[in-house]
Amino acid sequence: MADDAAAERRKREFEETWDAPKGLLGVFQVIDNIPIAVRYMATSFAFFLIGGALALVMRLQLARPDGTVLDAQTYNEFFTMHGTTMMFLFVIPFLEAFANYLIPLLNGTRDLPFPRLTALSYWTYLFGGIYIYSSFLFGAAPDGGWFAYVPLNLKQYSPGHNMDFWDIGLSVAEVAAIGAAAEMIVGILRMRAPGMSLNRMPLFCWALLVTSVMIVFAFTPLIVGTAMLELDRKEMTRFFDARYGGDPLLWQHIFWVFGHPEVYIMFVPAVGVLTHVVQTFARRPVTSYTLMVLALLATAFISFGLWVHHMFTTGLSPVGMGFFAAASMLIAIPNGIQLFGWITTLWAGRPRWRTPLLFGVGGVVIFLLGGITGVMVAAVPFDWQVHDTFFVVAHFHYVLIGGVLFPIFAGLYYWIPKFSGHLLGERLGRWNFWTMFVGFNVAFFPMHLSGLRGMPRRVYSYPTGLGLDVLNLVSTVGAGIFAVGVLLFLVNFARSVRGGAPAGRDPWEGDTLEWSEASPPENAQFARIPVVRSRHPMWEQETLLPVPEDDADVADAARQLDHAPSRWRGSLVVGVLDGRPLALAHLPRKSPWPFVMSVGFTIVFVAALVEIGWVFWVGAAVTLVALAGWFWPLDTERVAIDELYAARGEGARGGQATVPADAPAPAAPGPVRLPLPVGDRSSNGYWGTWVLLAIIFVSLGTLVASYVYLGAGPSPVPAA
Amino acid sequence: MSALPLAALRQAVAPQSALRAGGPEAEQIGLLWNVLLVVGTAVTVGVLAFLAYALFRRRGDADETQGDRRMRAGVRWMVAGGVVLPIVVLMPILVLTMRTLGAVTLPSRTVASADEPPAPGEFVVEVTGRQYWWEVRYRARRPDLEFETANELRVPVGRRVVVRLRSRDVIHSFWVPGLQGKMDLVPGRTNALVFTAARPGRWRGQCAEFCGAQHAKMAFTVVAEPAAEWQAWAARQRADARPPADPATRAAQGAFLNSGCVLCHAVRGTPARGDAGPDLTHLASRLTLAAGTLPNTRGHLTGWVADPQSIKPGSLMPSVPLEPRTLHAIVRYLETLD
Repeated sequence: MADDAAAERRKREFEETWDAPKGLLGVFQVIDNIPIAVRYMATSFAFFLIGGALALVMRLQLARPDGTVLDAQTYNEFFTMHGTTMMFLFVIPFLEAFANYLIPLLNGTRDLPFPRLTALSYWTYLFGGIYIYSSFLFGAAPDGGWFAYVPLNLKQYSPGHNMDFWDIGLSVAEVAAIGAAAEMIVGILRMRAPGMSLNRMPLFCWALLVTSVMIVFAFTPLIVGTAMLELDRKEMTRFFDARYGGDPLLWQHIFWVFGHPEVYIMFVPAVGVLTHVVQTFARRPVTSYTLMVLALLATAFISFGLWVHHMFTTGLSPVGMGFFAAASMLIAIPNGIQLFGWITTLWAGRPRWRTPLLFGVGGVVIFLLGGITGVMVAAVPFDWQVHDTFFVVAHFHYVLIGGVLFPIFAGLYYWIPKFSGHLLGERLGRWNFWTMFVGFNVAFFPMHLSGLRGMPRRVYSYPTGLGLDVLNLVSTVGAGIFAVGVLLFLVNFARSVRGGAPAGRDPWEGDTLEWSEASPPENAQFARIPVVRSRHPMWEQETLLPVPEDDADVADAARQLDHAPSRWRGSLVVGVLDGRPLALAHLPRKSPWPFVMSVGFTIVFVAALVEIGWVFWVGAAVTLVALAGWFWPLDTERVAIDELYAARGEGARGGQATVPADAPAPAAPGPVRLPLPVGDRSSNGYWGTWVLLAIIFVSLGTLVASYVYLGAGPSPVPAA
Repeated sequence: MSALPLAALRQAVAPQSALRAGGPEAEQIGLLWNVLLVVGTAVTVGVLAFLAYALFRRRGDADETQGDRRMRAGVRWMVAGGVVLPIVVLMPILVLTMRTLGAVTLPSRTVASADEPPAPGEFVVEVTGRQYWWEVRYRARRPDLEFETANELRVPVGRRVVVRLRSRDVIHSFWVPGLQGKMDLVPGRTNALVFTAARPGRWRGQCAEFCGAQHAKMAFTVVAEPAAEWQAWAARQRADARPPADPATRAAQGAFLNSGCVLCHAVRGTPARGDAGPDLTHLASRLTLAAGTLPNTRGHLTGWVADPQSIKPGSLMPSVPLEPRTLHAIVRYLETLD
């Protein structure tokens, strides 16, 4: 009985330890992955609605020739902000929200490795978004395109602060994305359930791993590039100014080295979502897990070799264009494997027509068309006709809405029951799907033709008589239908959270670990760490508890971590490849410093905009204070260290913090004896440091490549 | 072109479609597009049919027992559809792409540097992008045969035209869909593009790279006419502006030369030498005003001179308040510049 009481007490203690901080102050101290993910999701969905509203107004402007809804300047601001919002403030953060929420759940662990970084990323992203949008208040919204080509966006041709808002605000949001990526890489590689070897990891986690690595290699050059652009704008440097030995095409290279992988950074997580939805609703494992993983890796690799196809019209050599045309067509191979992977899974299974599958299949159909037109625009001479026309607008909306937005909606319909505990309405879900699907095609299919008939992109008006009037009107009507579809989703969501049918743990009979937890999951998710013996544990395992057949160390780790450690937050660290338990990671409980630090960042970036010295020093001081607070030792760290030494009978603080290799495995739950590594190879910090080094390496690489590109030395200033 | 059709031509918008080729380059690209369209449609229909079959095939009670067999077949389909199909389809397309590329571009060695005169027999037009109009310079081996105009390219039918593309400010893109794909005008570089108009006619072109506030209204017209007519036109364009023939016109010219117009515009044969805006020497002979924005008629010309900012807000031509008398005098003078 005493044992029971002790266990009960430990359980309560465990739950208290994992409770999120409450109250007004708690709002700024929360660092748990789930509440942060919910904020991420709400914020990025709000940006999605704003970006969509901008697009709708643009469509109204283009409904008739010589439209008068918007003037030229406002239209240019709207398309710049539409692209910027959808790319940087909606899709990437939204997928990161999914990842923040789901990766610990899918991988059977309690949180991400660097919870404070999670919070820092969120706040930084939020402030970055507000920063960019605040430009509207000052009548200086970015107006130079989401791609900010130079020299148009150098000071000479863009003297206002408009593009400074874009340039600096974007850097803030990019820092957030890179932070999140570092966290995902370490989290996915290191923090999984015991027994979850890399080849048992859910495909969504694979996709996020691939995406995160891509973010490190793609966003870093963009940050360097935007910094170079800002220096040029402040007229301190001449990287992109042809009159002084710079080159406007250097910006295009840097931008598209980021910009093309960016497409796949958005698409790859969507592949993960789609694969989960297809598996669950076909009631079959995906046809070939190995091929799907290889396709993800190939996508990532090839995507870094295609950027020049955005530059076919800049006057490159035919040989270069041939290479990049071939590479662009090559990407059809991994995409084809994925496409046929989903189709054959559906073929072999027994599909259940629920809304997530509708959105999944609808997305595949749309994406297929986008892929076909993608091959078309890789054919260089044809690209010369349609580049920067509405044909390309149609092409990439087919790719992004089919390949990213529909999968996001599939994911929402699939996982909202898990997030909220309530099912969404199926009937309304069908209406939602069909209005979006029909609206999308009515809006975007005619754009192929309007592009071929000579309608360039980014024009606020077009004359009548070119055969564009009807096509544009149809597109506008389609956009309206699509918008109704999005509203139906909001209605469905509102009705669901106000009293939709309870979802239960596993409404879809899913295969992965998130369905073993409550809906919505407790903050202390996986109080009992699941033991993984299969790729589809919920389908193929009798139990998630340890059984006698399990490897001793796997079972032992699961037993040790049953509602434990209870006085501090600990989560399991496993071997990258084999998923064997290695160590424990100490996770902080709450911290105000991520919030303070992102406030500091934002002040620094405001200083860069207004160019007032003391504002910069205030921001720097706030950042430094936050840094000191961040690194201040935590109480729970001390508790954790003392506990672990006590458990091993060595007394507090002594010797190496590792378990002897020959330590016997205990039979019953006992004190936690896994090592708590600090600074050695099995600590998360060690791995995080490597990611940071990779980021620094890529930044330096970008600068060196720019130097080489500009001719490896100063060019003579041409005579005036 | 006689007077009446010209007036009609000025009102109608010239076609700007990539689907109606006006010469061999656009035809070659059109052919490539047709192949892409047919192959793309076939692949789309095939894959969609497979998807529909996968979703809606009849499933018997014994279906579950077929799982492993289907799994193996599925992997074969993934390889066939994902690897073999793209390679088989795309290799020929890549070959066709490269052949088309060769057919619609100049052999690279003939792309001369910007300032060189044309090679013998070569017809070279130098187009310089400006915010938001096109400076057009006809190059010749003899400097005295060169001349300048704006927003309009007249070319002899059947002659292969080499367009050298440069920019004085930001990046623009030169695009006449009926005759050729687009090519960018990048500061610090000279790009080249060739097209041939196979028949007499007009084609509308437009800037295709976002270049600022009035990117949407940066159009131009390509006019192809028989060689003799082109020669006559070129001879007129080379000439200086006609001196005023009567006192009223002389007064009108005076009003023009005393106005701010001359700070930016040139009229050859007069002291007006401005370089910021289009050369107006033969303005009245052009089809459009404000880079393809307005038909070149008296009403539009008056409106444009009086208040360009209400027509093209953000264009670099300021709205200068003018006395009605001055305005009409200026317009009257400009109308004589044919």
